[in-house]
Amino acid sequence: MEQNVVIQEGYARLKKTRALFIGGLLAALVILVGIAVTLGSADFTVAESYLAILAGLFPGTFTAPEMAEIIVWDYRLHRVLFAVCAGFGLAVAGSVMQGILRNPLASPFTLGVASAATTGASIAIVLGAGVVGGDYLVIGNAFLFALLAALAIYGMARYRGIGSETMVLAGIAIMYLFSAVTSLLQYVGSAEQLRAVVFWTFGSVDKSTWPKLAIVSLVLACTIPYLLYRAWDLNALAEGDEVAAGLGVPVERSMIVFMMIASLITAVIICFTGTIGFIGLVAPHITRMAIGGDFRTLLPASGLVGALLLLGADSVARSVLAPQVLPVGIVTAFLGVPFFIYLFMHRRDA
Amino acid sequence: MPRLSVEDLSFSYRDRRVLHGVTFSVDAGEVLGLVGPNGCGKTTLIRCVDGMLTPDGGRVMLDKRAIRTMHRREVAQAMAYVPQSAGNRTAATVFETVLMGRRPYLNWTVNRTDEEKVVAALDALDLGDLALRKVGELSGGERQRVMIARALVQETGAILLDEPTSNLDVCHQMGVMEVLRGLAEEKGLSIVIALHDLNLAATYCHRLMVMKAGAVYGYGAPDEVLTEEMLRAVYGIEAVVKRDLAAPYMVPVRSGSLRGGA
Repeated sequence: MEQNVVIQEGYARLKKTRALFIGGLLAALVILVGIAVTLGSADFTVAESYLAILAGLFPGTFTAPEMAEIIVWDYRLHRVLFAVCAGFGLAVAGSVMQGILRNPLASPFTLGVASAATTGASIAIVLGAGVVGGDYLVIGNAFLFALLAALAIYGMARYRGIGSETMVLAGIAIMYLFSAVTSLLQYVGSAEQLRAVVFWTFGSVDKSTWPKLAIVSLVLACTIPYLLYRAWDLNALAEGDEVAAGLGVPVERSMIVFMMIASLITAVIICFTGTIGFIGLVAPHITRMAIGGDFRTLLPASGLVGALLLLGADSVARSVLAPQVLPVGIVTAFLGVPFFIYLFMHRRDA
Repeated sequence: MPRLSVEDLSFSYRDRRVLHGVTFSVDAGEVLGLVGPNGCGKTTLIRCVDGMLTPDGGRVMLDKRAIRTMHRREVAQAMAYVPQSAGNRTAATVFETVLMGRRPYLNWTVNRTDEEKVVAALDALDLGDLALRKVGELSGGERQRVMIARALVQETGAILLDEPTSNLDVCHQMGVMEVLRGLAEEKGLSIVIALHDLNLAATYCHRLMVMKAGAVYGYGAPDEVLTEEMLRAVYGIEAVVKRDLAAPYMVPVRSGSLRGGA
């Protein structure tokens, strides 16, 4: 009987650790948002930036220097929040893909969704062709091609019988196909177009705006609660198709729904940012190493880790060579990879 | 009335016939061993029984209900399935892995009763000390016990296991079979186990069903089924079946080495 108490207390401790981890990440994120908002040519303190944020939210209650409020709300805050949402979404998409495909290398990038988006953007840049015109030509193409890749993976997996290995193989095949198309477009494009395509693949949050932020947050607000609601099914699928089926999960239908949701989240983010790799791959790993793989906590926690990583990288990208802004995709790799390797080498059970 | 009955089941992968005319039943408290050479259809049969594969013909009845008419969640509340080499990929703790067996009943939160059921199952399989260890760190035998514990917290009347003893040494094989036989008899569970080791099957199962090329070759008590003639017809091997212990056991013989009076 005494041992039973020990077991239940042990599980309670595990739950507490997870809650603390998520709480800590949230606190860190709030602090980092405050710091990130101060970065730029106009100088003001962290306290002033918080005040400016609050003043915008509750105009009567808080007041901040007018200049700070204008700069924060018109130029900086949407970029900072966009980085938070993009990091959150990419990490959640990566967690879902790694879980249901049971492949530690699965991410929107290894599955061809991102390379398809690059192809879509390249077609817009080099050939000027796209489904939607005007300002949204590149974005629209990237989004559509990303979803097209997801559908193609689904189609191939469906034909061959949906299993995690089929999906991974189909994803890799798709990745190579789209990379080849992008290379061809780069080959035929002018020097200027080539530059634009290459720059797009670096990935950055430079072009964020409030409307774009609204679109991304709306998609996240619609999809993430659903993923959380089905966390037990994700847990079961992460153990294997047969285990999940034995536990009452409709495997095929669930795999499709989860893949499509993860692809949609990825597509809506990278069509605005270009390819920001690494976050979707690494944030879930870091989180699993810290608090284990229960999707009820893995999803929010890896989302927060992703948000912190991307916002941190973007802050470094903006300040290290200021006023020059480095593409954030480069910084995420430079900062994140050594950190990830360090964790990986020190934790056997990753 | 048996708890689980399978009548005239047939199944094909595209145009290749894998199962035909399979009929058997399992009572409460009974362990049925499915034996037969590789590729004879044991795994396919188990998947059809659990409703993961849809048979071309025949029916599977569980507690007087046809599996085909049941929702997946209902099936999971009535019948647990332990696939071959399950748990190899698990990074979670033993406690959480077993807790997942409550999935057919859980919505989102885990209440005290669920936790207590997990603790009881861990207790039943002597896994209490390992509860907070990661499944990946355990030995093959311990891992298999975790999978059985998970099937137990599903609180089903029937459990299907696909080669639960493969990759285990003889001590752990016996340990796992001992647990399963004990559970069947104490809790009145109906257990179906696909096995390769005929001696293990004859020792621990109440009845054996021998399959050959997707059909039932023999079905009955180990004494009736495990014969030299069956081994020759189904496996194409020469062996001697001994009957000097409580259960029959077979000793394979190298061709040409059978001596008179052996």
